[in-house]
Amino acid sequence: MNEAVEQSGHARELNLEEFTGEYPIRVRGLSTSFGEQVVHEGLDLDVKKGEILGVVGGSGTGKSVLMRSIIGLQIPDEGEIEVLGRSITDAQDDDDIDIRSRWGVLFQGGALFSTLTVAENVEVPLKEFYPEISPALMDEIARYKVVLSGLPEEATSKYPAELSGGMKKRAGLARALALDPELLFLDEPTAGLDPIGAAAFDELIVELKRAMDLTVFLITHDLDTLYEICDRVAVIADRKVIAVGTIPELLATDHEWIQEYFNGPRGRAAKATKDRLESAAKPAKGKPVDTPAKAGA
Amino acid sequence: MRELADYSLEPGGDGGATLAFHGPMVVSGIGPVDRKLRELDQAIARVDLSQVESLDTVGAWTAWRVARDHDAEIVGGSDEANRLIEAVKASEGKGEIRPERGNLAERVPEAVGEMVSGWGEGSKGVIGFLGAIVVAIGSVIRHPRRFRMKSLVRQIELVGVSSLGIIGLMSFLIGIVVAQQGAVQLEQFGAEIYTINLTGRLCLRELGVLMTAIMVAGRSGSAFAAQLGTMKLTEEIDAMRTIGVSPMEALVLPRILAAVLMLPLLGFYSAVVAIIGGAFIANFALDIPFFTFLTRIQEVVPIHDLWVSLVKAPVFGLIVALAGCYNGMQVKANAEEVGLRTTAAVVMAIFMVIVLDAFFAIFFTEVGWA
Repeated sequence: MNEAVEQSGHARELNLEEFTGEYPIRVRGLSTSFGEQVVHEGLDLDVKKGEILGVVGGSGTGKSVLMRSIIGLQIPDEGEIEVLGRSITDAQDDDDIDIRSRWGVLFQGGALFSTLTVAENVEVPLKEFYPEISPALMDEIARYKVVLSGLPEEATSKYPAELSGGMKKRAGLARALALDPELLFLDEPTAGLDPIGAAAFDELIVELKRAMDLTVFLITHDLDTLYEICDRVAVIADRKVIAVGTIPELLATDHEWIQEYFNGPRGRAAKATKDRLESAAKPAKGKPVDTPAKAGA
Repeated sequence: MRELADYSLEPGGDGGATLAFHGPMVVSGIGPVDRKLRELDQAIARVDLSQVESLDTVGAWTAWRVARDHDAEIVGGSDEANRLIEAVKASEGKGEIRPERGNLAERVPEAVGEMVSGWGEGSKGVIGFLGAIVVAIGSVIRHPRRFRMKSLVRQIELVGVSSLGIIGLMSFLIGIVVAQQGAVQLEQFGAEIYTINLTGRLCLRELGVLMTAIMVAGRSGSAFAAQLGTMKLTEEIDAMRTIGVSPMEALVLPRILAAVLMLPLLGFYSAVVAIIGGAFIANFALDIPFFTFLTRIQEVVPIHDLWVSLVKAPVFGLIVALAGCYNGMQVKANAEEVGLRTTAAVVMAIFMVIVLDAFFAIFFTEVGWA
């Protein structure tokens, strides 16, 4: 087995105190730069408990950098980031480790460990944080998480190199969900999927969010995803979050980029689909299919 | 301490007991109770979830598995709990966790067989690769504009110029060791003046180029393998092909040429620095003045020693670069393979260099360049 993913074998002391606040993710005054290039300057963002927050912005506006900062992979120049009530920016490497058992991260390419099978990938976080779990239960968990993420059950013993791009994303999602996290970070989960696969992925996320009571931080360019599953949308432009709100609220602002984004041909098409689906669903079921939007202003 | 889930059994009238879970039925607290449950051997009619504090999918799975294995009914779960149980129930999978492995008696002969056939395949592959290089050279000769001068210059810098420091230092020290140790032995029969012959001939003919080849294999051969291997993994090489750029011409040829061109120069440089190192130690330890040492070198080292090393060096360069590029291009599937192939490149290169060096030593002696 690859040494990078070898397990330490002893149980960690974890602080798993329940988070009772309203905002599991709080970003204040975040500034990041790479040499001369300033990515974020005084960026603020709050993510509410139990919502799916979509993050949009043009290419290169620092959406992924923001996610990497929140999960502690990118140390910002300035600013405060709190996740589940604890500061990420002040944390030393070992202090914040137990927070990592409470979030799951899906990277753009899946970032699966290439020397392990899909199921072994899912078992890595389990073994790392809860080595006391019996191997039998570990295997059972890996199996159902893989199926829960929408992969066929035979996929468990496949190596990442044998999977298609979409399957890698699902396998990455299975690993992100391994510890039943409270927070889920998704970096462009539907990019590169076919429309049917992308719609199924969206549905899966809503389904999982409902079943597992997740808070989801979702970077996407997929307008359908934004319309279908996001409770609120944060727009990044000019190195900060220029607006956060439901899509109707965003449409009410007069920022040029937002207008162009949502009212461009693709934006209109996605909205039309959403409207059509809703009007079709209403008489049949009497209420919208989507989760109640706790969001709003 | 972490809170753990547990259960209690209440004997029931009909068909079996009621198993009541309590505590947090979540992934962080499930480990011990799961082990206990697996050893439980008792008829259970009902699984009671009403005292459970919190439940996640792992807890739901455990509750459902107990109910399934004992043919029991789940009672007392909240709506949320029932939803979770439905979700995991629908997701039960039976796939293998890891690919099946045969027993040891089968695996060992299989591994040996694979290794042996791998040697055969490998030699065939290397010869094929050499052929592809020749073809690439041919097409570059026919279309000289396709030759990547910039790339060659860059590789010459990496293979040659930037290794001058480390090769110089290594050679200087080797010169010192050879001269000093040689002198200790030769002194025993009063022939320490032959230290000069020993140092000069050995370094120029053998050590300079051999040590340089080993150093270049470690520095550049490994870099070739790792870089090409990573490019293979990230599909950069496929992308080049689709654009119509031949990876052979664009990547392999400049590296091979750079190594073939640089090794004679580096080998000669190494020999010169080693002789200086020998002269340096002779000056202090053997009372042979520095410049006397250098003058004597001209008298005692025949010129054909230089020719020998200059014939060997490009061949060694070819082998080092070939091993690096070939192994790099063979990478597929995963990151571990980049490491394995890089190791293989260096081992293959050093081994072949030493084998060929032995061959050259005998060959040149036989043809009279003793």
